Amino acid sequence: MTTIGGLSRRRFLKIAGAGAGVAAVGGSVGELLWKAHGGRETERGLRQVPTFCDICFWKCGAIASVRDGVLWKIEGNPDDPLSRGRLCPRGTGGVGAHFDSDRLRAPLMRRSVRGQEQWTEVTWDEALGAVAGKMQKIKAEHGPEAIALFSHGIGGTFLKHTLKAFGTPNVTAPSFAQCRGPRDVGFNLTFGEEVGSPERTDIRNARCLVLIGSHLGENMHNTQVQEFAAAVGAGASIIVVDPRFSIAASKARFYLPIKPGTDIALLLAWMNTLVTEELYDKDYVQRFGFGFEAFAAEITPFTPEWAYPETGIEPEVIRETAREMARQRPATLVHPGRHATWYGDDAQRSRAIALLNALLGSWGRKGGFYAPVSMDVPAYPYPPYPKSTRGKADNPGKRYPFANETITTGIREATLTGKPYPIKGWFVYGSNLIHALPNEQETIRAIQNLDLLVVVDVIGSEIAGWADIVLPEATYLERYDEINVETFREPFVALRQPVVEPPADQKPNWWIARELAGKLGLEAYFPWKDIEEYLAHRLEGAGLSFEELKKKGILRGEKKPIYFEEGVEPTFPTPSGKIEFYSTQLREAGFDPVPKYRRPPQGPAGSFRLLFGRAPVHSFSRTQTNPILHEMMAENEVWVNVNVATRYGLKNGDLVRLKNQDGVVSNPVKVRATQAIRADCVYIVHGFGHTSKMLRRALGRGASDAGLVTRYEVDPLMGGTGMNVNFVTLEAGA
Amino acid sequence: MARLGMAIDTRKCVGCMDCVVACKTENDVPEGFNRDWIRYEYQGEWPTLRLEIRSERCNHCDEPPCVSCCPTGASHVHPFGAVVLVDKDECIGCKACVASCPYDARFIHPDGYADKCTFCIHRVEQGLQPACVAVCPTRCMYFGDLDDAHSEVSRLLASRKHHSLLPGAGTEPRIFYLE
Repeated sequence: MTTIGGLSRRRFLKIAGAGAGVAAVGGSVGELLWKAHGGRETERGLRQVPTFCDICFWKCGAIASVRDGVLWKIEGNPDDPLSRGRLCPRGTGGVGAHFDSDRLRAPLMRRSVRGQEQWTEVTWDEALGAVAGKMQKIKAEHGPEAIALFSHGIGGTFLKHTLKAFGTPNVTAPSFAQCRGPRDVGFNLTFGEEVGSPERTDIRNARCLVLIGSHLGENMHNTQVQEFAAAVGAGASIIVVDPRFSIAASKARFYLPIKPGTDIALLLAWMNTLVTEELYDKDYVQRFGFGFEAFAAEITPFTPEWAYPETGIEPEVIRETAREMARQRPATLVHPGRHATWYGDDAQRSRAIALLNALLGSWGRKGGFYAPVSMDVPAYPYPPYPKSTRGKADNPGKRYPFANETITTGIREATLTGKPYPIKGWFVYGSNLIHALPNEQETIRAIQNLDLLVVVDVIGSEIAGWADIVLPEATYLERYDEINVETFREPFVALRQPVVEPPADQKPNWWIARELAGKLGLEAYFPWKDIEEYLAHRLEGAGLSFEELKKKGILRGEKKPIYFEEGVEPTFPTPSGKIEFYSTQLREAGFDPVPKYRRPPQGPAGSFRLLFGRAPVHSFSRTQTNPILHEMMAENEVWVNVNVATRYGLKNGDLVRLKNQDGVVSNPVKVRATQAIRADCVYIVHGFGHTSKMLRRALGRGASDAGLVTRYEVDPLMGGTGMNVNFVTLEAGA
Repeated sequence: MARLGMAIDTRKCVGCMDCVVACKTENDVPEGFNRDWIRYEYQGEWPTLRLEIRSERCNHCDEPPCVSCCPTGASHVHPFGAVVLVDKDECIGCKACVASCPYDARFIHPDGYADKCTFCIHRVEQGLQPACVAVCPTRCMYFGDLDDAHSEVSRLLASRKHHSLLPGAGTEPRIFYLE
């Protein structure tokens, strides 16, 4: 084996001629880049650099290999507790992000109306000067709060810092109101703590794993999939609840093909069975529970027989699966999922999942939910941010009383209405809002009210297409980033560091954030001379060596107890200090103190509920132009029950368009006529159907679920947007 | 002499294609071609379904038709582990081997020679696992010497029900799928 990080970082020749795009046919990506280099020798031999991945937000430790100066491959770092030496297919294909010929190459300024994607290439100085000028003007007219930042992932750290230093509290991410928000709120209301990311789920030690709509194996969060496979291999009982026969369902002992939108009915019937048959963990509930009697009384009517007509799951199956959960408790994990914004009652559904886990005694227990640990790495000592007197704009009057993060769609609404105060500038980092937020027309209308829309990204996503100024970011393989101080089973820190140079005029986010701060007169907030000084300073504060971290990529701390049975003190920071089977704070706010089921509205006759999810080879709408991942999956298909397909005269590979209840029609998409889905819904993988002309490789390939999500149900507890409330018909042809 | 083969646990495999991607980057497999691939085989009717997911590639057969049909000797059984390989300098790209392979494991490389899985012999000779095995996040792939009764592969095959592909073809494939 070659030594890791044994060679110092070198500078490479940049690709000559920023306009010369890398051709996308024939030859390996490495060869192509080699040709783009003009065949000039830059470096000989093999060089390996530890870093961590950014193809999704999981942050797996990795080792990148450079062969004769050209990026070759990237593999898991065996020292990394998250990847355990193995990346997922997206991570393995991550080298394609560096070579992607659809990458943004230079800063762009809009030269016609918004959305036309007509650009002038400018220098960084011009671009950042224009951004700073517009920001100052907005600040003078509307205050600094009138600029909002939409961010995603660890790469947004430094831009957040600049925007907060500028004086805005409106920093948000779709990860809350369009993803895991309801789950974390539901668990918080119950246990006083969130599930977090990476999820504190002890899948590898579970003897019974319940997945409700969670399609691990397609949803490729690396550690979870590794542990899922380990649990399957060890013979754990898998119970999968999904309208679609997912990959996970194919591993299950019990597959419950539930009618979409009825999960709370099933959860209530499971809890009813555990309580009625006295199978729950009585000792645990007695010691740690609050309001159990009131809870038990509330769920009494909700028998498996009651749930059957709602869910389509037979009473005996409900009972048998509940008994199986009880047999394996406390090593029974009812997985809380991640993308939980489905029907608008999602925080209550998540609370029901939390309560089911509480009955099984799995919170804090081996095979259930562990108590995560992290290293203490002090924050960099920056000056305090200016305080906003107006507060955030996303949730005026605390309309969503249990929202504990900023609501993206609340910022969008404030932009549309000017209330509680006008939002005039959007900064968007690494998040394609057109695909991430429901109802793209609302997003586009909001954009019309902006004086400034800046997008920082690696590729020219749809939201970049609407921007005034687009700033091209270096990929994760070409930059330093904030240290990952992970909260996980064991404490560790990880470093992202440059492996190769960016191929054109792309810049790391930290550089962009600092240069912009300089132009805004906020130099005091960036006292460090470069990122290496910043990172070294933070690590020294924790008694860690930057040089050692550069060599190893990962530094692990001492293992600590993570289960109650290992000595973790059971604490529940809820109002009662206990697990809240009955929630007084929900009752006081006018909500159900114990989750209740409400039958979801059905679609028009002859329509199918539109469901969407993940494929293992793509992340969101951000990887479809990656040449390697594109080759693995170039477009999505619409899963249609085979009997339905036959009725429509459709067979595998036929093209249809999906038309939703509001008349929105998708791109043509191939039919996957399959036994593996219910007849009342259809399913597509999220992230396809691109419309940005800058995404040449992905343009027009497959259908966009986001485009069809014109309706959404807002969660009254926390403002999440339930998106599985749209219905489509199958329309003929290309 | 070792006889290298694989056992792949279909219970653990999720069909994520990481093996395909890893092969691609490790071996610079050109765009439009793959040396390994995933096959999903559904059985039954909704909702009582079964799915077998298989990571497939050259079976490095004990009786390889691609070797016996090769007019130049380019297709050969390598002394190291009895791995079936192609000497690209000897290959004239006649496609006889491509046609002869019942597993459709071969393709003609844009540079004109027959190409396919090598079991990553360049890695195995250094004591590493093939790239597909090393990357697999589900750890469902096992690689080793089928002639060594103590190897993990041999032990798994001795203890678990398994099948190979087209067992009736007379090729004696060396990739086995654990059920």
